[in-house]
Amino acid sequence: MAVEVLMPALSPTMEEGTLAKWLVKEGDVVKSGQIIAEIETDKATMEFEAVDEGTVGRILVAEGAAGVKVNTPIMVLVEAGESADAAPAPDAAPAPVAAVAVAAPVAVVSKASPDWPAGTPMKQMTVREALREAMAEEMRANPNVMLMGEEVGEYQGAYKISQGLLDEFGPRRVVDTPITEMGFTGIAVGAAWGGLNPIVEFMTFNFAMQAIDHILNSAAKTNYMSGGQLGCPIVFRGANGAAARVGAQHSQDFAAWYAAIPGLKVVMPYSASDAKGLLKQAIRDPNPVVFLENEILYGQSFEVPDLPDFTIPFGKARVWRDGSDVTIVSFGIGMKYALEAADLLTKDGIAAEVIDLRTLRPIDYDTVLASVQKTNRCVTVEEGFPVGSIGDHLASTIMQRAFDYLDAPVVTCTGKDVPMPYAANLEKLALVTTADVVAAVKSVCYR
Amino acid sequence: MAAKKAPEKSNVSKEELLKFYREMLLIRRFEEKAGQLYGMGLIGGFCHLYIGQEAVVVGLEACTKEGDKRITSYRDHGHMLACGMEANGVMAELTGREGGYSRGKGGSMHMFSREKHFYGGHGIVGAQVPLGAGLAFADKYKGNDNVTFAYFGDGAANQGQVYETYNMAELWALPVIFVIENNHYAMGTSQARSTKSETLFGRGLAYGIAGEQVDGMDVLAVKEAGAKAVAHCRAGKGPYILEMMTYRYRGHSMSDPAKYRTREEVEKMKSEKDAIDHVRDMLLGAGLASDEELKAIDKSIKEVVNASAEFAKQSPEPALSELWTDIYA
Repeated sequence: MAVEVLMPALSPTMEEGTLAKWLVKEGDVVKSGQIIAEIETDKATMEFEAVDEGTVGRILVAEGAAGVKVNTPIMVLVEAGESADAAPAPDAAPAPVAAVAVAAPVAVVSKASPDWPAGTPMKQMTVREALREAMAEEMRANPNVMLMGEEVGEYQGAYKISQGLLDEFGPRRVVDTPITEMGFTGIAVGAAWGGLNPIVEFMTFNFAMQAIDHILNSAAKTNYMSGGQLGCPIVFRGANGAAARVGAQHSQDFAAWYAAIPGLKVVMPYSASDAKGLLKQAIRDPNPVVFLENEILYGQSFEVPDLPDFTIPFGKARVWRDGSDVTIVSFGIGMKYALEAADLLTKDGIAAEVIDLRTLRPIDYDTVLASVQKTNRCVTVEEGFPVGSIGDHLASTIMQRAFDYLDAPVVTCTGKDVPMPYAANLEKLALVTTADVVAAVKSVCYR
Repeated sequence: MAAKKAPEKSNVSKEELLKFYREMLLIRRFEEKAGQLYGMGLIGGFCHLYIGQEAVVVGLEACTKEGDKRITSYRDHGHMLACGMEANGVMAELTGREGGYSRGKGGSMHMFSREKHFYGGHGIVGAQVPLGAGLAFADKYKGNDNVTFAYFGDGAANQGQVYETYNMAELWALPVIFVIENNHYAMGTSQARSTKSETLFGRGLAYGIAGEQVDGMDVLAVKEAGAKAVAHCRAGKGPYILEMMTYRYRGHSMSDPAKYRTREEVEKMKSEKDAIDHVRDMLLGAGLASDEELKAIDKSIKEVVNASAEFAKQSPEPALSELWTDIYA
């Protein structure tokens, strides 16, 4: 009986990959456990082992094919004497699809960014590449900038953000730590007081909970407690929020928690250009900056200005699209849902203005309030828990400063008030969705 | 503890002994005054006095050079005075006044001086240990030969982050001296009730860190051990642990009723092991100083301390606008 071998998922968030290399050819006999191909994801190149035994009847996806979706049949294994034609016909498998980009660029931008001059040449770049470029550029510019964290060096980064940095900057400046968040975070804060500009990578911010005392009590408060003597120039960065199917302990958005702390600056970018410009700004800032990334966004491509050096100031929201009927405010991956919803709402004749806060401390209240004064309605979108959310804070601010402009109560779209479930259907239910945003906008528009 | 030391150690100069006497006495008189001002309601919140432990910081500071750094816990007044910070600025911080080292915004537990390389003053038990190793990390990164003294107590020695730090400090050969000020009581819990290991420095051996136990009531023994530790660190051999056997005469903080130990135990330490009496006996016993000379020193210290109390009372409270300054650098 012929068996189809399918493109494997090699990480929680992998949707597609590149079939980098076949290690077998048609007619070869394959044993269970034998490495048959090398598959490149956006994080790493992985060896792919055969599970079933048989003879390679047909290779369905050519070597070098990019953008091969998970579960696409890539090879047919047959038993001795069996014809490859006995294999079930692939379900219109579109392989090979060499020309497809790893992730399609986000298409809904309708407004030019004010962060760089009009006419600036642009290049396509993933958020991952943008973060890497930001660190590399700042490390080249300032010898006191260094990176420490788990697997940042020899492993090339658990999410490949720091790939290549060890080769360029060496182990003095790219420091692999033991798995000991509280200890290395304290060491990094002390090193910042001692005159360095450390970047601490948390593999994910879930693990930063082990170190939160140093982020809050040691880094954020000491400039104040010392009467301004002891600033702490440090960046804490890493993946924040839900990835995919990793359960409650690995899926939490800490944006509102850190945004509550005076003395910290808090950044949560959505696009690659913001990731790059804001991370460079964070590294130059003389204060502790919590820089919240998102694993799902790492592989997304955006246009990034092709400039030797650009930064984006903190406290300036970006208006992604203009609209007159409702203001949608979001940040980080919430922007994906906000922009998708704004697109869908045009079909109902609703023009939504979409604002990306980009930084949560400081927050650009002026841009939000000016928009609400124009649209008279506001929906907030974020992935975090509902109680004490950024949306709650914005709703309160809008109520206090623009109450007379409101034609409807502010509605906050958040993750659900539950620990993240593992089951695929429940996880979907727990996260904020584009449909939630569409429904919220319709409710504030009384539609 | 051994019986009171006879004043036979005379291979030390008169000048040095007088310096130790003066510095230890300054800490003691300062702390007594702070306790008095606390009782008068001029100092608020938590106030942890260093009385009894003076020999530890004074002996170790004698081993330092410009550029060396120090960081400690909330029982920090003695460390600040010993590294050359002004009594006026420390006392005015205790009273929460503009003339304090943190302009009144830090208080007893949170004082700093960039100029004197004093990095606090930390209220979270054990947090200063990795922070201190981080200061040493920066010095190693920059390639100088400075060392950092990271002070902590027998209580903090049970915090997990201390051992995370031991591991990395030895792994990366950081020039940090871990000074365990073992005063035998973590707040009200005696070492015997909290800690299974017989020695605290011995735990460092598991990480490959050299260390030793030292009579922390004998300033000369402290200095000798400190010099050895500093030489080890400056030579690039990595961290070193000094377990200073010491004793605090007062409660954990001003609000401590001290029911966990007997009055006899405290009195015995005071009469047999007092660090200041020890140096005084050496000076007088060896004929290095006269009673009159020491009395003159006592008087001058008293004047410095009284002046600091006066300064701390007269210095105005911070301007209300200070609430909103220094949140960001």
